Amino acid sequence: MTDAEIRAVALATLQSIAPEIETDELRGDRPLRSQVDLDSIDWLNFLLGLHEKLKVDIPEADYARLISLDDVVSYLWKKLDGGR
Amino acid sequence: MIEFKLPSLGADMDEGTLLEWKVGVGDTVKKGQVVAIVDTSKAAVDVECWQEGRIGRLLAEVGQKMPVGTVMATLLEADETVGADATAQQAPVTPAAPPATPLARRMISPAARKHAAEKGIDLDSIVGSGPRGAVTLEDVEKAAADRASAAAAKPADRAIDRTAEMRKTIAAAMSRSKREIPHYYVAEDIPLAKALAWLQAANAQRPMSERLLPATLLLKAVALALRRFPELNGYWRQEGGISGFVAATGIHLGVAISLRQGGLIAPALLDADRKPLTQLMQELADLVKRTRAGSLRSSEMNEATITVTNLGDQGTQLVFGVITPPQVALVGFGRVAERPWAENGGLKVLPVVTASLAADHRVSDGHRGALFLLELKELLQRPEELER
Repeated sequence: MTDAEIRAVALATLQSIAPEIETDELRGDRPLRSQVDLDSIDWLNFLLGLHEKLKVDIPEADYARLISLDDVVSYLWKKLDGGR
Repeated sequence: MIEFKLPSLGADMDEGTLLEWKVGVGDTVKKGQVVAIVDTSKAAVDVECWQEGRIGRLLAEVGQKMPVGTVMATLLEADETVGADATAQQAPVTPAAPPATPLARRMISPAARKHAAEKGIDLDSIVGSGPRGAVTLEDVEKAAADRASAAAAKPADRAIDRTAEMRKTIAAAMSRSKREIPHYYVAEDIPLAKALAWLQAANAQRPMSERLLPATLLLKAVALALRRFPELNGYWRQEGGISGFVAATGIHLGVAISLRQGGLIAPALLDADRKPLTQLMQELADLVKRTRAGSLRSSEMNEATITVTNLGDQGTQLVFGVITPPQVALVGFGRVAERPWAENGGLKVLPVVTASLAADHRVSDGHRGALFLLELKELLQRPEELER
């Protein structure tokens, strides 16, 4: 998958949790949770949604690395294509 | 004959509007069955019936607003026939209009919300044209233009602003709380190193869908601590000039859940002290989901015996809670953060959360409140015992 494809999946997953967000207004380099006002359960559901759609396991120990949308996309890219 | 009355769906509810009957005349009703959907100022709620029988009459009509305690329907017991009900000749109530849309999580873009606020547009009156009915900026602009056109011809009807209604309801309950309840407050810093290490190890063994959040441990610890402090778990009742505390028979945690469109609801996690962590986590996730989707059950709306609010996700350190009447206590948690921790003459850095208790001084004293928080602290140092 390309970076853009992964980003699209991530944004679609985000919108399923917070339908009111306008993805064009999101800054990829800013903390995602504070931009979208996600609480712990929203965040868990977001990561779970990515896991289900992309078949990528995200260990809890890695959660701290996933701050911005760019972090999430980069992390998933490495898990998907980077390792192949 | 049994009368089925509109139950209170929360202490701050005086009336409700029937949105839909889920049963018809002659249907058999079992205990706990959802028989109607009723709209309160906060949410559309699935109303359960806790008696068994067959529906004799449906007295309330769809769209009817009624005070709590209104007889909505009659139930016939096993040895009764429909004819035994003198009013059975009456034609069954048929819905006069399609059920109103239950309160669902509105999908509204931030730009649309801001523009609507500026223009004074009621978002509930707008049908969204975006993905899955989302209200977009264009929808608000169109609504504003339509209103301007209509205003030239006739005065616009004042639609109900649900967000404003919810705010009024919260204001009434919280004003009553501050007016009637002599609050006292105590707080305690609780180290969470052991609890979080245990949680991390436990989650490493679980599939992603079954992982636990720290909030689950906090809720379970509160529920277990309450067993030793029944004076914090129950209601202050006032009936016929007599008032006093009534301890609850179960420990049902009202979990404060914020809604994305504003406001909050605190439905109950029933019997939280008796549920294993995995079940508690699943029920919490389900409760959050259904609260935001507007599909709560009546038992969840009116059975909380204490409220727990966790504002750690918003970054606050300490919560000064306002008790939800007729409850007599509220437990608050701030964020879990690394802080310096002095112990045995040494200094280390640990994850710490500040727990607070707001309690009713008519029922308990600060001494007992402080002991409750110490019990909570002790329980969180033995996380393996919370699992059961």
